[in-house]
This record gives sequence, C-alpha cells and structure tokens, in this order.
Amino acid sequence: MAVKENKIPDNTDLMSQEELEKKGILFTTLEKLFNWGRGWSLWPFQFGLACCAIEMICMTQSRFDCSRFGYEVFRNSPRQADVMIVAGTITEKMRPSVELLYHQMPEPRWVIAMGNCAISGGPFVDSYSVVPGADQIVPVDIYIPGCPPRPEALIHGLLQLKQKLNHPEIVKTHE
Amino acid sequence: MATNYKESLLKHYADKVTFSEEKAEEFWVEKENFLEIMSYLKRMGMDLLSDITSVDAKEYFEVVYQLFDHASGEHFTIKVKLDHEKPEIESLANLWCSANWLEREVYDLMGITFLNHPNLERILLWEGFDGYPLRKDFVNDHHNRMGAKPQ
Amino acid sequence: MSDAVKTQTYTLNLGPQHPSTHGVLHVVVEMDGEYCVASKTKIGYLHRGIEKLAESRTYPQVIPYTDRLDYLSGISNNLAYVLAVEKLMGVEVPERAQYIRMITAELMRIASHMVGIGIYIMDLGAVTGAFYPFQLRERVLEMLSQLCGARMTFNYIRIGGVAADLNEDFFKHYEAFLKECPAFIKQYHTLVDDNEIFHARTKGIGKITAEKALNYGLTGPNLRASGVDYDLRRDRPYLQYGKYQINVATTEHGDCYDRYMVRMKEVEESFRLIQQFIQDIPEGPIMAKVPKVIKPPVGDAYHEAENPKGILGCYVASDGSTNPYRVHFRRPSFSNIAIYDEIFIGHKMADLVAILASFDIVLGEIDA
Repeated sequence: MAVKENKIPDNTDLMSQEELEKKGILFTTLEKLFNWGRGWSLWPFQFGLACCAIEMICMTQSRFDCSRFGYEVFRNSPRQADVMIVAGTITEKMRPSVELLYHQMPEPRWVIAMGNCAISGGPFVDSYSVVPGADQIVPVDIYIPGCPPRPEALIHGLLQLKQKLNHPEIVKTHE
Repeated sequence: MATNYKESLLKHYADKVTFSEEKAEEFWVEKENFLEIMSYLKRMGMDLLSDITSVDAKEYFEVVYQLFDHASGEHFTIKVKLDHEKPEIESLANLWCSANWLEREVYDLMGITFLNHPNLERILLWEGFDGYPLRKDFVNDHHNRMGAKPQ
Repeated sequence: MSDAVKTQTYTLNLGPQHPSTHGVLHVVVEMDGEYCVASKTKIGYLHRGIEKLAESRTYPQVIPYTDRLDYLSGISNNLAYVLAVEKLMGVEVPERAQYIRMITAELMRIASHMVGIGIYIMDLGAVTGAFYPFQLRERVLEMLSQLCGARMTFNYIRIGGVAADLNEDFFKHYEAFLKECPAFIKQYHTLVDDNEIFHARTKGIGKITAEKALNYGLTGPNLRASGVDYDLRRDRPYLQYGKYQINVATTEHGDCYDRYMVRMKEVEESFRLIQQFIQDIPEGPIMAKVPKVIKPPVGDAYHEAENPKGILGCYVASDGSTNPYRVHFRRPSFSNIAIYDEIFIGHKMADLVAILASFDIVLGEIDA
C-alpha cells in the first residue's frame, strides 16, 4: 500500500549527525536558534533625541537601506521593540522618560548608544542640564562614536550587535 | 509711506531716549519709561518683536530688544538697564505675542522678572531647578537633578 | 437625555517621545471628543545650554556648537554666528568666500527643506513621500562633504572666510545635482500637489493670518505662507545677496498646504540662485587676514540671517577677551512654535499632527 512506501526508514536513530545534516536536518539548541533569529531581525525603537536621529532616519532611506539586513522595522511603541538606539543628547529633563521607555521594552532588550552625546555627553559634557552618557541610566551594549556617526557606522553597530547575539561566548563580561 | 521712526521718537521723547553714538539704530531707555515708548513704537507700526535677550554685566542686568518694521525694514535695538538685586521690567506680552515665550526664556535662564506677564514660569528648564544658569555667578556643580526636591 | 449624559474633556499627552513630534516636543492637549479645546506646548527636553557653554569656549570654538542648533542646516547657523563676530571685529571678507558662503547656504536650504517636506508628507501617512526628497538631500550632503568631510555638523564657515575652496569632487556632484534637482521638483509636484488625500488633510487646516503671524514673531517660510512678503536676503541683504534679484515666494492662505507650497517654491528659487552664484563666482582668496587669536573689541553686535526655518539672529557681546562674554541665538523654530497653543484649538487630533509637521520644526534649535 502507498502508506507503507512512504514510511520513514526504521534506522533514523542509527544515522549519525553528519548523515542527517546531509539529508537537510540540522541540529542546534533552542537558545542558539532564537539568538540566530533575533540577530537577523532586530526591531529598533523609533526614538530620536537630537542630531543623530536624522542620521538614523538616513540609514533607513534608500541610499543606505538598512532593510538589506532586516533592521528596517522601526516600531513606534517601546513594547514592540528589541533595540533602543539612543540617538542624541540625553538631558536631565528627558532622563526620566528615557528610563521609563527602556523599562517599557520587553526582554530581551538591547541598547545602542549612538554618537558622542550618548556615549559620554560629547561636546555638551560640562553643561548644567546634560546627562553625561546613556550608560549612566541604562545598560548599553554597543557604542558608536561620531558626531553624528555616519549611517554606515550605525549599520556596522547593528551588525556588531548581531555578532554579540549570535556568539554570546565572545562577549567579555565584567565579572 | 515709510515712517521716520527715529525723528518722531526724538520729537516726542527727546529726554527719555538716549541714542548710541556708534550705532544709529540702538538706544537706551529708562525702566520707568520703557512700556510707554514701546507702546508708542507699536502704534507707529513696529510689528515684529524679533528677539529679547539679556546680559549679566555683573553690576547690573541689560535687557536687549530687537524690534523691526517688516515693511520698511526699520530696525531698533532697545536696551534697558536693570538693578542686579531685584531685576524687574514690564512685560510686553500684551503688545506682541512673541514676547510671551521670549520673556519666559529670559526669566528661565537669567532670572529677570517680567511684571504683568500672563504665564511667567520656566520654559526650558524644569520646575525646581536651582539657580539661573546664564548669570555669571552660577556655579555648575551638577547638583541639579530632575525630580530632586528643590533646595 | 442631554441632562443625564455628561461628557467631559480628557487630557492627552503628545510626546515627549512620539513618532510625529519631530524629536522631543511635548504637547498637552485637552480633547473634547475628537476636538482640541486647549493645548499647552512644553519644550526644553533637549536644552543643552549652548549659550552658557559658549561663554567658556573661544570664538572659533563656538562655531561647531552652532551646527548643533538647527542640525538640518548647519552651515546657515555657522553663517549667522560668524557674521555677528565679523561685524563686531570689522572684518572684510574676500568676495570669493562670500560667494562660497552663499552657495553653501542655499544648498543647505535645499537640504533642510527636503527633510521638512519629506517628514511632513510622511507624517500625513505617505511613507513614499519621504524617500524622494531624502535622495536629493543625499546628493546635496555629498557635495558638502566633499568640501569639509562632514554630512551634518560642518564647521565650514570660519571667522574671516570659509574652511576650504570649492574642489573638483564638489563639481562632479554638482553636475549630477543639476540634472537631479529639476527632475525631482517636477516629479514631486506630480506626486503630491494634486493628491486628494493631501488636499483633504492640509487645505484650510491651521490657518494663520498675516497679522497674527507677525505678532507671534513667525519668520521664514511659515511667515511667507501667510502672505507676508519678508525675506532678509532681499530686504536687509547681507553677503552679496543685494546684487541679485531674489523672487520671494509667498502664498495667501497661511494653511498647511501653503506652507508646503512655499517650501517647494523656495527650493526652485535656491536652485536658480546656486546656478547663478556658481556662474558669477570670482577668483581670489577664501580667507581674510584675521589674527590667530581672535579677540574682538569690547562691545556687542547683532546679526540676522535668513535660515531655512526662518530668521536666525545672533547676539554676541565681547569684553575684549578670547571668550565671548555672552552669546545669544534668536532661534526661528522657537519663535515659530509659540503660536501652536492658539491654532491647535478647534482642530482634530489628526490635524494637530499635520500642523505640527507643516512648521518644519527642529527641536535642537527650539531648546538650544
């Protein structure tokens, strides 16, 4: 009967991993699979503070086109986003909002500090109303220097974040 | 018809305005006559109050107004000296709407009080900010934090 | 029935983080059903204290800070500050440098309007509308980055002249720009002008009369959209603008549609001017003889320039030292948005977004 012909061979459990991979069956852990998926489909949070936000917009436009990497799905709500690009100067007045938005994002979440202001306060570091760096208030994964960084630099930063997600073992920790 | 503002101003208020010697478009006014002269200029047709700023000259404050008549291109820089201890001046918000925000900015950063202003509160900084940053004696020791209790 | 059912207004926060506030603007609106009955615009979320920082920098060191005021038109901001310092010092700038300044300032106007229009159309729901202007903007930025290496924060205009002369690579991109700009203008007019949705969203929305616009201190395209024929390049000319016939674009109604139209017309005019300037540019030095350490005499100066967003005024006071005693900027966007609270009233929520976007605001400039 037809059913009998389509039967999976009995010796599946006897095949080695290499033999199965030749047949197109891949082995991995669930965690690795998730990280692989996350790395290729980061959803950034549409959140601009200052000048760097314009370069962030330029990155999504046709010349630099971050859709090539799957990073063009900018979300307007923090609850749908994975990665927060802190693009610009954080001022004291804005600080509570930035903290709140970070905590509104679901885990796992990542933060990119884009530009010198978000890294350390940049040219405004000695001002009376500027928070000297995003890492004062939220944990930062990737730092992109520049004032503002070019869109290519931001793409590079996102790809670095992908590396970090796919290979968590290469990331140095402070412990 | 282009109005000659300077002539008519000197005709009516010769003793109340002091024109600068180097700059033809700049004059000083006493605080007491300020509102009267500004109302006069408004009636004459100066329709664009473009800018208000202030300078802390340590002994006194200087408030600087930039006033235009857009049609004829006439321009005046009007300066008023204010006491350093208690800087107060009449608000122009009833004459030009643009004065509303400009005065709030000066109040926020320099601490000059505008009398009869409809809504004089901090505009750029937050309520509870300690001090006026553009004053020369302002010390930035990063003690101002949003949400902290005013001292 | 009407006695039994009570309606009440509710408060809605627009911002400081909101996709259509162009940054960190915060508007608290009181809504009665669909309609706005009161509004309060709150700013200051990007206040970095540039005016205070300038007091602890030397005169040339302030120029990069002006780039970060209106970050869509860095060179125009450089220009207003530098002109004020030069006025204070009494520097005579070589003619070639003046022409380069005008060329770059007009290019900047096109680049800035491209973002203004693109984001405006995008906020009205047409995402495609943002792609085309950004392409042209990239071309302009490419030209400018051949001159000074930067895309947004140029630091190109220096006290006494400009940082670098026009070069071959600039003209290579200029050739391409000459082809692309008119094609873009034509294409964009067909794409947007007669779109029915665009008309429905913008015609008659956010009307401002000429009198009110002046009273609130509006300048730039927003003022000219209300029918006030006022452009500093023609009415109080600086640099070499006085030599040229400048056609100032104005429209009558002062609504959102007109604010879009004025910007498009200005792009055309700027394109024409750039061609003329490049034709007439004389040979010569690009820097005046200025001392290595800049110490203007005691005194103050105020200079205004027609920026893409409106009139940027710069007040510089000197006490004779190497640092400015006081620097103040009259930022056009700051004065422009004070009128929001009044014109929002009576409009629907979706119209507020259209009005907000039609002003082409930049928060870096509003908050300084």
